[in-house]
Amino acid sequence: MTDISMEGAGAGRQRRLDVTSDAARARIRRRYRAESRFKAYGIAALTVTAAFLALLMFDILRNGLPAFWQHSLVLDVPVKADVVDPAGKRETDAIRSADYFPVMKAALDNAIPGIEGRAASKQLSRLLSTGAPDGLRQMLVADPSLIGTTVKTSLMLSDDADLYYKGTGTRVESRTSQSAATPSGLKGEVTILASSNEFAGELKTIKDAIRERAAALTNEAARVERASQGKGVERVTQLRDQAAVLAARYQQPGAAEALDGRMASVLVAINGGLVKATKIEASGITGDVLLPLKSQDEAKPGTWQVVRYLTPEADRKVSDQEVAFLERLREIGAVRNGFNWNFFTSGDSREPELAGVRGALMGTALTLLVTLLLCLPIGVMAAIYLEEFAPKNRLTDLIEVNINNLAAVPSIVFGLLGLAVFLNFFNLPRSAPLVGGLVLALLVLPTIIIAARAALKAVPPSIKEAALGVGASHQQAVFHHVLPLAMPGIMTGTIIGMAHALGETAPLLMIGMVAFIVDVPGAFTDAATVLPVQIYLWSDLPEPAFQAKTAAAIVVLLGFLFLMNGAAIWLRKKFERRW
Amino acid sequence: MDMSTIEQAKAMMTPHIGSAPQADIKVTARDVNVYYGEKQALKDVSVDIPARSVTAFIGPSGCGKSTFLRCINRMNDTIPICRVTGKIEIDGQDIYDPVLDVVQLRARVGMVFQKPNPFPKSIYENVAYGPRIHGLATSKAELDEIVMSSLEKAGLLKEVKDRLDDTGTGLSGGQQQRLCIARAIAVSPEVILMDEPCSALDPIATARVEELIDELKANFTIIIVTHSMQQAARVSQRTAFFHLGNLVEVGSTSEIFTSPRDQRTQDYITGRFG
Repeated sequence: MTDISMEGAGAGRQRRLDVTSDAARARIRRRYRAESRFKAYGIAALTVTAAFLALLMFDILRNGLPAFWQHSLVLDVPVKADVVDPAGKRETDAIRSADYFPVMKAALDNAIPGIEGRAASKQLSRLLSTGAPDGLRQMLVADPSLIGTTVKTSLMLSDDADLYYKGTGTRVESRTSQSAATPSGLKGEVTILASSNEFAGELKTIKDAIRERAAALTNEAARVERASQGKGVERVTQLRDQAAVLAARYQQPGAAEALDGRMASVLVAINGGLVKATKIEASGITGDVLLPLKSQDEAKPGTWQVVRYLTPEADRKVSDQEVAFLERLREIGAVRNGFNWNFFTSGDSREPELAGVRGALMGTALTLLVTLLLCLPIGVMAAIYLEEFAPKNRLTDLIEVNINNLAAVPSIVFGLLGLAVFLNFFNLPRSAPLVGGLVLALLVLPTIIIAARAALKAVPPSIKEAALGVGASHQQAVFHHVLPLAMPGIMTGTIIGMAHALGETAPLLMIGMVAFIVDVPGAFTDAATVLPVQIYLWSDLPEPAFQAKTAAAIVVLLGFLFLMNGAAIWLRKKFERRW
Repeated sequence: MDMSTIEQAKAMMTPHIGSAPQADIKVTARDVNVYYGEKQALKDVSVDIPARSVTAFIGPSGCGKSTFLRCINRMNDTIPICRVTGKIEIDGQDIYDPVLDVVQLRARVGMVFQKPNPFPKSIYENVAYGPRIHGLATSKAELDEIVMSSLEKAGLLKEVKDRLDDTGTGLSGGQQQRLCIARAIAVSPEVILMDEPCSALDPIATARVEELIDELKANFTIIIVTHSMQQAARVSQRTAFFHLGNLVEVGSTSEIFTSPRDQRTQDYITGRFG
């Protein structure tokens, strides 16, 4: 479509590039549009990727960061000598192996006095973790003179208590009273009578809830009738009867109502104590004392509160009694929120609050060390041989093709190989970092060989020729000149390979690194687990605290990865030489 | 008298082998053929290179002069499809003898390449590498001495003596080429092969390198491939003209350029082709 302009007849045709005609201008505009479209695609792709990445990081951090903080109680603990050191000899072993439960219970009883009854008492002591005395134990071993005195120390809370303080238990609402009220007793079952219809609002809420429940039952009955077409008569009648019973209740707005676990709890905080309502009517409640009252005197209006725990008891993990204790502990200022160092210093545990990643981190570090020590030298040497020294024949081609294929083999196959050869044939210890490292080295080797070959190929041949011209042998030329220049590329291949190995779970499951390992591994032949497997195991456990720990372990894994990559990039920059 | 008549008679009968009666012969080549796979690049090349002088190989592009140069230090061995037949001797020793260590040969026959290719290491390291791997220095002081004298002989010492630890690739083109020359002479070779050493340099750098070649010929046998006839005329004492894989003519530089015997040589130097 180029216009040919003729300069003078017969002077010889000249083809000039046409930039001024309409057709040409349209072409130029089309080209600009195509270029900006391409640029837009690129930016869109980057934005979408960045958005997904940001979403992923945000979600992981949101789920995982709470697990890095742990609540504990700071209490005065009376260290009774006859419990902690009955023999009186202040021996380390005796102090360490004593049963600290009575001491803990004494500390809690001091914080919330007056709790009687086995059920309530048990719930109070179970607020603490089984590992709560550990800090105290170490203090006493270090300084036995503290035995017999009262020590103020921090005690770890159990996972449910910790989660409650993190806000997952229930919301607590309280409103100040407008009338006077008189309790009928100090503990056990009491009645609280108000001077006016103080509880009318709460009663109405309950009646409304009952009406809704009845309506739901009626709807359900109608649906079953329609769906079963006359065959589900029994079920329909049952539902209708239940609805009728509820209807009878809410059709009497003034009648007293019994509360059950499916409704929000109503409590009365009066005279220094807390009463949970089991029956409520407009002018008073009957209920169980959760925290003992100090007196039976009439409480003036404004000095007592009506408290509601909004999440029904059936829907939460902490009972009303436990919530009462936890709120009281918070009121007396005993609760501290501190960084959860325990997450990094202890190994795995069945108790969620005590579980940590130290074992998995050590296992990962040992396994990756074995992997690196094996696959880096072997991979680089193999690449050098294939690239520089191997004769160019069919055997070499065959080897090359197979190395490329190996890079694409599913990782679980390497696990099977490890199981069959390393565990069964060589009888190496199961679940050890040595075997894990061997399996991962096989996995990562093809990647490193391919990357190293590409790096070696990229070194300009003029440098090798210069070395040969000075009288270096082929081997000297490769190792003194080509290899150092190929180092940045080799480092990159290693980074990719090691990052791949860091996250591998399937092959390690096959060689048995799936056991519940509590001890931190110290040697290459100790039983160990790795971080990805730890995450997998924790994600399966039912306790809600483990969900946060799973996300936190993922955060640690990502942090480990960034650290490794950062170190490798620093190494690569250090070796980089421009030619 | 008698000798010169006989010499002249010899020269007339065997126009391909130029004899240099006044100097001894360093490198002799007889019936050298080089094949790249099926294609023949050099046909029956025979020539004598006299010691301690500069011999230039000239000819149009693709005529095989670089190929022949690379045969002399067996750099063609690194090309798998290249096959060399015939005999090349240095000081009477066949360099294609299987017993001969090619690495030692390359220490005796140094090479300077067309594009300057210093190692991406320090200037000191560039020059010290050769002596170090061949064990020419027994102490650091000796190595220093070798490096300094090589740089001096290459005419580079004054410019770089206070930055010997800077990388060699940071120098200018001309300085890099002189560094490569220093690197080549640091191992005390007997022969220096130069493959179009000035083609990537500007005229001033070229002049300095040519000056250097002139100084070096007192101690080394130099063979230079060049596609600039003016350079060959300035720098060499003997010239060999290659054309399409054949060695057409060889003789003293003044002869070749003023009264060539072969028509092809005449055509080339007058610029009718190439």
